[in-house]
Amino acid sequence: MIKQLSQRLLGPVTLVLMALTLWLGLWVTPQDRVQGNLVRLLYVHPAVAWVALYVSFGTSVIASCLYLWKRTRSIAMDRIAYCAMEISAVFLALTLITGSIWGRPAWGVWWAWDARLTSTAILLVFALGYLALRRANDDPEVRARRSAVFAIIAAINVPIDHFSVDWWHTLHQGASVFTENGNFLVHGSMLATLFISLFGFTLLFFWLLRARYRLEVRRDERQSSSLEEALEQRRREGAVH
Amino acid sequence: MIRIALLVAGKDLRIERRSRVLLWQVLPFGVMALVLCGLALGPNHAGNSSAGPGLFYLVMLLVTLLMINRSQVIEGSPGTRASVATLGLDPAGVFLGKALALAVELWLMSIVLLGGAVLLLHTQFSGTLKALPSVLVIVTALAAAGTLYGALSGGGQGPATLLPVLSFPAFAPLLIAGERSYFDALHGGALWQWWLISLVALAAYLAIGILLYGVLEES
Amino acid sequence: MSSPSLVVELHDAVVLVGGFPLLAGVNLDIERATLSVITGANGAGKTSLLRLLGGLVPLSSGTGSASGVDLKSGDLRELRRRVGWLGHEGSFYDDLTVRENLSFAAKALGRPTDDITRVLERVGLSSRADTQAKRLSAGQRRRLGLAWLLLRRPEMWLLDEPYATLDDEGRTFFDQLIGDVVASGASVIVSAHDPLRSEALAPRTITLAGGLVADDQS
Repeated sequence: MIKQLSQRLLGPVTLVLMALTLWLGLWVTPQDRVQGNLVRLLYVHPAVAWVALYVSFGTSVIASCLYLWKRTRSIAMDRIAYCAMEISAVFLALTLITGSIWGRPAWGVWWAWDARLTSTAILLVFALGYLALRRANDDPEVRARRSAVFAIIAAINVPIDHFSVDWWHTLHQGASVFTENGNFLVHGSMLATLFISLFGFTLLFFWLLRARYRLEVRRDERQSSSLEEALEQRRREGAVH
Repeated sequence: MIRIALLVAGKDLRIERRSRVLLWQVLPFGVMALVLCGLALGPNHAGNSSAGPGLFYLVMLLVTLLMINRSQVIEGSPGTRASVATLGLDPAGVFLGKALALAVELWLMSIVLLGGAVLLLHTQFSGTLKALPSVLVIVTALAAAGTLYGALSGGGQGPATLLPVLSFPAFAPLLIAGERSYFDALHGGALWQWWLISLVALAAYLAIGILLYGVLEES
Repeated sequence: MSSPSLVVELHDAVVLVGGFPLLAGVNLDIERATLSVITGANGAGKTSLLRLLGGLVPLSSGTGSASGVDLKSGDLRELRRRVGWLGHEGSFYDDLTVRENLSFAAKALGRPTDDITRVLERVGLSSRADTQAKRLSAGQRRRLGLAWLLLRRPEMWLLDEPYATLDDEGRTFFDQLIGDVVASGASVIVSAHDPLRSEALAPRTITLAGGLVADDQS
């Protein structure tokens, strides 16, 4: 019952939080002393990046591991991994776009070879590679296995990418929310809005995942009914011969 | 596992020695790619050694792609794969063997291309020699990663076009580590970070390959 | 639980590749140490059936076992070790010589390489031992494939259209060899467009059509 209730409430709560983020971010919170209105991207960009890099990518990787482990192997795990990676690709692209929108007035360029931007771009190519790999294999089991292995390789690359690019070059600002001692750098309504946006975008991910998952289930159901037709047709070939 | 690895590596290297694809096709491509790099930079900048390390590794990546494809093509037709599958070889051994063979071939290529970088892009000879150990480690990591990605992309639609999409994001940190360590070897700098990246990447790909190559073979 | 006297048991076996049913519900039992010929038109599912029995494609639905290994839940790698495959395409490394190909197989299996000479004599390739596989004729390539199998000594032989492009002499040689292999206790399953000519072999002939068994004559 709790599961049903939470599933029913997911959409409306997400909508409310997104609307709240929009209202607070655009009208209620003040401008920044230095960045002016550019700071309002703070309520979108970090949340989108959080979902892209950790929530959705992480979900895909965990589901991939569970698929490869015999005890938890199931088509549901493969579907979750695929849907989460698709959403991750979209959010990674949004991270780069919102980052560029912020970067143009802040750094003077749409793109800079900053460590975080570069790592994010590499991760986006990983996500696109995953989707390309899925399209390259028709057989569902082959597709599921190869995608799962690829997702795990991608996950292991994340820290390698992060450190290599970080040591290579960085322009991105450092800690924006917490100091090393855990003290907040952002205060008042801005901090509250930031947390609301983080929570809201996280719920948005789960709402999108659920919707996408259902679509995938329907597509598979359609394919299995077409499988019955394919079997009938195949058997009829034999009768003709 | 080691016995099978040496058997498979020996087989791949023997086939390569017989067919000489590396010598007559890949090597000329690599050298030509270095020449094209020089042409792209223009006569005033072609000899600028600050671009040398990056261009060397860019060409090595392209060469690696060709060799990964070659490593998969060596396995031959579906009939050959079926016959070999019935030998029941340990997949971890097969992975290590193919990675080892690919690494040996890439070591040879990299030594020739380093010579090309010295000659055509005017990178310093002594610095290049100093960079050689890091080059060999990074190329070994490329071989391990490439063997995995070759298996991932093989057998699907368009494996030749799928391989770069899959492998380039993984090669990116190796490209960075390689370029930086070569640059530091030429101009003096701290190499330890790049050694760390390379060795961690190498260990990670070897571990993944040993654990998961069997899953890829089954598919 | 599979019966010990049966080397193959299939019940409503379906094999799907890319959503297409290559086998559409095959029911088939094959006794050990026998010769069976699978015939049928192109696209009937002959190769797919052999590949299923060799653990080279998974069973999509239905139940089955081959060489004592469950095709649904068993270790397919173990099944592949127990069978020998001879495809109608090339089955070995073209750039290696005959001896090198066999040496690779022998070392992979931990067999003594001394067996290679004996096997080459049996198949009549002793004089071509140092010839690259790609330079062999079609008939010689078939013999190399047989040499590979003789070295391996699997309990089930799967031969996919071995008679294609063979002349009469080649066919006679094949028939003799298959007879010897069956007599030694191995099970042999051959796919062919037409039933075998050799009456001495007296095989069971199973005809496939549309991914199903259409006829079965002993």
